[in-house]
Amino acid sequence: MMGTRVGMEVSIAVSHAVQLARAEAIAAYPITPQTHIVEHLSSLVANGELEAEFVNVESEHSALSTCIGMSATGARTFTATSSQGLALMHEILFIASAMRFPIVMAVANRALAGPLSIWNDHSDIMAARDIGWIQVFVENGQEAFDHTLMAFKIAENHKVILPIIVNMDGFILTHVVESLELLDQDTADRFLPPYHARHRLDPQNPVTMGAFAMPELFTEVKMAHQMALVNSYDRILKVWKEFGDLTGRHYQPVEHYKTEGAKVLLLTMGCLGEVAEVAVDEMRAAGEKVGLLKLRMWRPFPFTDLREAMGGAKLLIVCDRALSLGGAAPPVLAEVRSTFYAANPKLQILGYVVGLGGRDVPPETFKEIVAQAQTEAKQGPSQEYHIFGVRG
Amino acid sequence: MSKPMDQMTWQEIEIGGVLTEPGNAREYDTGDWRSQHPVWTKSRCIRCGVCWTVCPEAGISEEPGGYFDMNHYCKGCGICAKECVTGCISMVPEEE
Repeated sequence: MMGTRVGMEVSIAVSHAVQLARAEAIAAYPITPQTHIVEHLSSLVANGELEAEFVNVESEHSALSTCIGMSATGARTFTATSSQGLALMHEILFIASAMRFPIVMAVANRALAGPLSIWNDHSDIMAARDIGWIQVFVENGQEAFDHTLMAFKIAENHKVILPIIVNMDGFILTHVVESLELLDQDTADRFLPPYHARHRLDPQNPVTMGAFAMPELFTEVKMAHQMALVNSYDRILKVWKEFGDLTGRHYQPVEHYKTEGAKVLLLTMGCLGEVAEVAVDEMRAAGEKVGLLKLRMWRPFPFTDLREAMGGAKLLIVCDRALSLGGAAPPVLAEVRSTFYAANPKLQILGYVVGLGGRDVPPETFKEIVAQAQTEAKQGPSQEYHIFGVRG
Repeated sequence: MSKPMDQMTWQEIEIGGVLTEPGNAREYDTGDWRSQHPVWTKSRCIRCGVCWTVCPEAGISEEPGGYFDMNHYCKGCGICAKECVTGCISMVPEEE
């Protein structure tokens, strides 16, 4: 018996994955639209359905600090946040990864203020792009469940030992009820054995954690972190494959949708992928050679997968859900342009920023973008990138 | 540490920069940036140990015979000189 198909709010499904993972330590602060995740976990702990330490804290800064302390004792640790909460964690995010604590965090992506907005975009996580965590994006409830469970196995792998963020679009994913297949506890236990920390706070075997580094050593410590993150790629794929063999649900760093023979490729992250699929279906039906790439793995960045995904495409349209104000390009576009700068200089790469602060992105948007981008590709781009649909 | 820190490669860094052996601070000559240091005039020293007591950095060690001298943790703050009962400590600039 593999699992059961249920209708479930995605936030609750994420909590359920944490329960199946037998998380031992949780510290979190409620913030919209992440609240349902930790609220449900709090109930599970209070009802005795999850044997874990649940620490109520006064801020996200304390939430992640507490998670670090609990992870240092060797406990399997989870937290979740969003937007301003992620921003308030900022300095601690770097500590968690530098000290190599395999904390799993769900981020319900939401616009960073200001202006104040509770709605979805990716500006929160893009402001935390360089924190040294593994980062993945999911596009539906099943993926949110699967990747939360897999995150523990990836993070705790002895060749990895890094914290990991599972990014899921706030509201438009976290608050919808979807049909998804859960795992039973026995299967989850076989997939994810108990966590044994390489180093932990233990009076019988004392170690120093979080020591400072003199200039003679700082560069080497950073290089070790960089290589751990880069080398985590192979282990991530190994875990995804094991999970795929177990459940039939296979995941790739860059997911392909109708890319065969495509001359134009769209690139999205998160929920936009499913909407773009609808647009691609319609454009394909109209005879246009358009395909879709969905970037699942954000850190480490899957350069090789992306290069190989181009096939015979001549135009790549990158859809960002965040801005880099005053910068060369929005975050994803900048990475993608770097990916192809030397490898494929003939490939035309155009950028479109969509869906800021909860602005709806229907399939028509992608069709309009593809039409506009094809015109620009012939005539030469009118500007570095477009903030699509902005009035004025 | 298994070897001096300025010789360690990134591959030799323990995961998370964890230190598994105690006493690593001995390898850090933390006072090497001081701009001045204390010098004792032994003829006026009454070996009372006030300098040793007030030093905030454990930068003063007791020597054979009960006299005191600075060690490599001294940051050159001058508190010992200020508090010395007989005024036998003078602060001398490093370049001299």
